[in-house]
Amino acid sequence: MLNTTLKAFVWTIVLLLSAPVFSSSSEEGEPVDVTEMIMHHIKDAHEWHILTYTDDNDGKQHVSVHLPIILIDNGIKVFSSKRFYHEEDAIEIVNAEGKKDHYLVNRELGYGIFHENIYKLNQAGLLDFDAEGHATNAKPYDFSITKNVFTLFFSALLLFVLLRLAVKSYKNDGLHPPRGIARFIEPIVVFVRDDIAKANIGEKKYKKFMPFLLTAFFFIWINNMLGLIPIIPGGANLTGNISFTLTLAAFTMLITVFSGNKNYWKHIFATPGVPIPLLIIMIPVEVIGVFAKPFALMVRLFANITAGHIIILALTGIIFTFGSAAWSALSIPMSLFIGVLELLVAFLQAFIFTMLSALFIGEAVAEEH
Amino acid sequence: MDLITPDLGLVFWTGLTFIILMFILTKFIWKPIMAAVNNREDNIQEALDMAKKTKAEMEKLKTQNANLLKEARIERDEMIKEAKITSDGMIESAKSKSKVEADKIVENARVSIEAEKNAAVAELKNQVATIALEIAEKILREDLSSNEKQKQLAESFAKDINLN
Repeated sequence: MLNTTLKAFVWTIVLLLSAPVFSSSSEEGEPVDVTEMIMHHIKDAHEWHILTYTDDNDGKQHVSVHLPIILIDNGIKVFSSKRFYHEEDAIEIVNAEGKKDHYLVNRELGYGIFHENIYKLNQAGLLDFDAEGHATNAKPYDFSITKNVFTLFFSALLLFVLLRLAVKSYKNDGLHPPRGIARFIEPIVVFVRDDIAKANIGEKKYKKFMPFLLTAFFFIWINNMLGLIPIIPGGANLTGNISFTLTLAAFTMLITVFSGNKNYWKHIFATPGVPIPLLIIMIPVEVIGVFAKPFALMVRLFANITAGHIIILALTGIIFTFGSAAWSALSIPMSLFIGVLELLVAFLQAFIFTMLSALFIGEAVAEEH
Repeated sequence: MDLITPDLGLVFWTGLTFIILMFILTKFIWKPIMAAVNNREDNIQEALDMAKKTKAEMEKLKTQNANLLKEARIERDEMIKEAKITSDGMIESAKSKSKVEADKIVENARVSIEAEKNAAVAELKNQVATIALEIAEKILREDLSSNEKQKQLAESFAKDINLN
């Protein structure tokens, strides 16, 4: 029984990890721009592309989930991204490097979308471009439920449901060993408490920071793993998005700064044992340090996860770069290998982010010794 | 460049979602789990402490028992020793007493025997003297009953004196 389940599980993973192979098809003879495909994947999007196929009339048909667009531009405007993709034809342009490109417009709404950025259209209902190929039109504030925002909500909900199931097994009597999913969750919670919070912040003060550390750890982890699933509702590169890592790193910084004690600030503005003339140099260095630490957190998570996505997609892209299915004999095992490695990285990066956050907080609340 | 430019919308949604998630999870998940884990750990710790305490107590009791046993044994030994000494003393004293008594008895007996003997010897002497006197008297009476015999005796005496 267990064996069968295990086999099914392994094959599901193999299939899921090799799915990127099927999601990028192209017309006969037309080379696939692998770089473009990869960049498109790791960036945010206003629609969730599932697959593209060629219909009987040799036209490309896209299957995607259209996500809602929310703009703040003299009031809140909400509409489906479908209105960009299906109402008017794409406008073809030639970019600065001489390559063909296109953007979508909806003249009725007065907005255009170019490289997933939404711009206000000009009088002629078009976008203006500068010499480098960037659109110069004004941008409304974009609060759309993009692919990443959707994943954000979905993962939060999924995490809550999973953890809720775990908590239920405690209801009867807290004295029994954990059962069901709690058997998996509890050691991780205890690990975060003992090896991350207690080890770095200290026995006395760790309790206050546990909600942040636990939430950050589980949230990053589940999103790292969701990002490895190539099809909806996974596959968004949320934890590899700079906005996401920036926000989480900002939380760490705010917590560090606001829980910093006298001792912490003294070390920044009047480092003990440093001569006064040297402080002129030391204070700016220490102040930069306050920002550099969360900055490192932000870049580390972003770079690790994005790199993982790029490697898997690049390995898959080998098939299309060389235009031969025979390359799949190399590319599929390789991307499977990296995929499994990424499962480890998913945990590792969540751990490192939480660990370093705890370390920074621990430094800020440390007593004088 | 797009890749490393933070997007306002996503920052906003991430912040909002994370804060809400943190509060919800804290209330519904972390608190119950931490409470259960701490509760269990406290219980285990308590049980361990109790076991340790009981063990220590048992160890103490055991030592106490051993000490008691040892003390009892020492006491017993002492008592036996004392009893032995007492009994030995008693025997010894009885022995010496009886010896003294026996000696006394023997001495007494000896003294009385001596006395008896002396008395008997004295008696015998007296009786012998008496008897000798009586015999001498009888002899004398018989011998000196005639003149002749008196004459003879006087001659024998005179003979003795002459020899001197």
